[in-house]
Amino acid sequence: MNKVMPPIRFPFSWGLGAVAALLPLSLIVIIIFLLQAAWPAIAFNGWGFLIHNSWNLGNMYADPITVRGIEVLPRANYGVLFLIVGTLLTSLIALALALPIGVYAAIFLAEGLRGWPRIVGSFLVELLAAVPSVVYGLWGYLVLIPFLGKHVFPWLAHTLGVVLPIFRGPIGGGYGLLTAGIILALMVVPLITASLRDAMVATSPALREAGMSMGASRMEVMRRIILPGQKPLLIGVAILALGRALGETMAVLMVSGNALNSLPSNIYDPVSTMASFIASQLDSAMQDPTGMAVHALAEVALLLMLISVLVNAAARGLLWLSGNRT
Amino acid sequence: MNESPPIKAAKKPRAFVISPLRRLVDALSWGLAALSFAVLIFALLHILVYVFMNGLPAINLKIFTEDTIGIAGGLRNALLGSLVLSAFALLIAVPIGVSAGVYLSEHGEGWVGKISRFLSDVLVGVPSIVLGYFGYIVLVIGFGWKFSLLAGAITLAILMLPYIARTSEMALRAVPQELREAAYGLGCPEWRIIGQVLLPAARIPILTGLLMALAIALGETAPLLYTAGWSNYLWTGHFTHEGVGYLTYVIWSFIGEPYQSAHQLAYAAAFLITFMVLIINISARLLIFKWRR
Repeated sequence: MNKVMPPIRFPFSWGLGAVAALLPLSLIVIIIFLLQAAWPAIAFNGWGFLIHNSWNLGNMYADPITVRGIEVLPRANYGVLFLIVGTLLTSLIALALALPIGVYAAIFLAEGLRGWPRIVGSFLVELLAAVPSVVYGLWGYLVLIPFLGKHVFPWLAHTLGVVLPIFRGPIGGGYGLLTAGIILALMVVPLITASLRDAMVATSPALREAGMSMGASRMEVMRRIILPGQKPLLIGVAILALGRALGETMAVLMVSGNALNSLPSNIYDPVSTMASFIASQLDSAMQDPTGMAVHALAEVALLLMLISVLVNAAARGLLWLSGNRT
Repeated sequence: MNESPPIKAAKKPRAFVISPLRRLVDALSWGLAALSFAVLIFALLHILVYVFMNGLPAINLKIFTEDTIGIAGGLRNALLGSLVLSAFALLIAVPIGVSAGVYLSEHGEGWVGKISRFLSDVLVGVPSIVLGYFGYIVLVIGFGWKFSLLAGAITLAILMLPYIARTSEMALRAVPQELREAAYGLGCPEWRIIGQVLLPAARIPILTGLLMALAIALGETAPLLYTAGWSNYLWTGHFTHEGVGYLTYVIWSFIGEPYQSAHQLAYAAAFLITFMVLIINISARLLIFKWRR
């Protein structure tokens, strides 16, 4: 009796799915490992982590002490409110600058140019997103900071500063909140311009014709009819841009002035963002013999990741609802 | 002679009189639109011209033939390090990313596909420094690889994955359904359809996506700071326990040094990396543009 067992067959798509699953899996693995690395810090810091301005590795030369069952350096304390504030402020300034410029540039590309100039113009704007972050940092450090610090900030302080207290001096050397915001705005603006331009070009000509037949000019059709129709897309893309600005590291690191434990008192003050802080502090955190500083940085990374994931998920959800997947 | 009454000139219809206010708002809006566009173009050109004007004079034969000595010497180690890191990252990310793209395009309608697509979109939004920190904790410390090529390449690969998956998915979705039906009608198994029909048909947009991912990887710094480390020497072929130099590190760390030689190297590195990223971007554009024609 030789019963031939039928060979066990796996559908090809299962194998494909297994390899493909590595992609979503990597996200889950990242979250798990960051959580694990941050756990001692979460236990040690509690809620104080979010509400204090006190990043202090403690006395490096003293023997570690045990607090609540956790080994730390004496006087070690971790509170990163200044990072949360710095991250949110730089990103919001970036968004406030990028949104109007991005929208108007998209209008110009969609309505003011056609044919070759539109293709080249769109390509150039999108190239802004291709310039490496560290090159932005270099340019910001060598060109933008001297220019802003010497010419623009004094002028801003003398004009806007009279009316709005946050624009009042001291203006510092050009490093700081506004400089970081401007650089970030340049980095995220292509996202806004590109998606809005595509959506505007794709708008049904019937809408445009209907508007024109009512006697509206081209710009009025744009502003009153086409732009309002893109509101859901615009909100989604703006949140996406915010998410990108939140996590930007190198450029911010090179122009923000890297404040420690202080909140900005005006728009020119130095700040730190969570991303730039992780990049600049890991070297010294490695020196902590108890490892608590590395754990605390992992907590910063986890917090940054949570914020970005939430912001991104919200943006994706909104874009999904509005029928766009950008 | 009866003079016919003069015909009254028809009054211009009311609706076509555009009030001065509307004209003003119109002109202002056009002005703002042109200004916004001009600001962006000016910023881009300023950055590019600045990098090229400062970088080109700093380029000489020494840059390509000598390794970095402290903050002087050449950039051979960093240039090759950048290329090797990106190449290995591509090697890891391409099979996984393209498979994910194929899966999402061919089987992505179920809940598994929907969730994967959402998680992939979310992964795009994870800041690169977080990926770098993850690489540090897991690969550098956890696996004990130290600062190394493999740690850097895997971190970069994770960064590239969602872009590759996304562009591959879109490319495959654009392949006409009739091709699939014809192939299935001939009795082809699925792996053959994917390998011999779909992937060849979508090769140009997929390649474009890969090029864009490569450009992103080449320009990244944050994920490499604490995974690849730095080395003054040429990569010796070890995958672990040995740091690798890369160009973006030179830009960041050497520009802060108070020495002219360090600045020259930073400018040269900025020129090289910007030039490569630019060339890759332009060729990707031209490729897809020609293909669409």
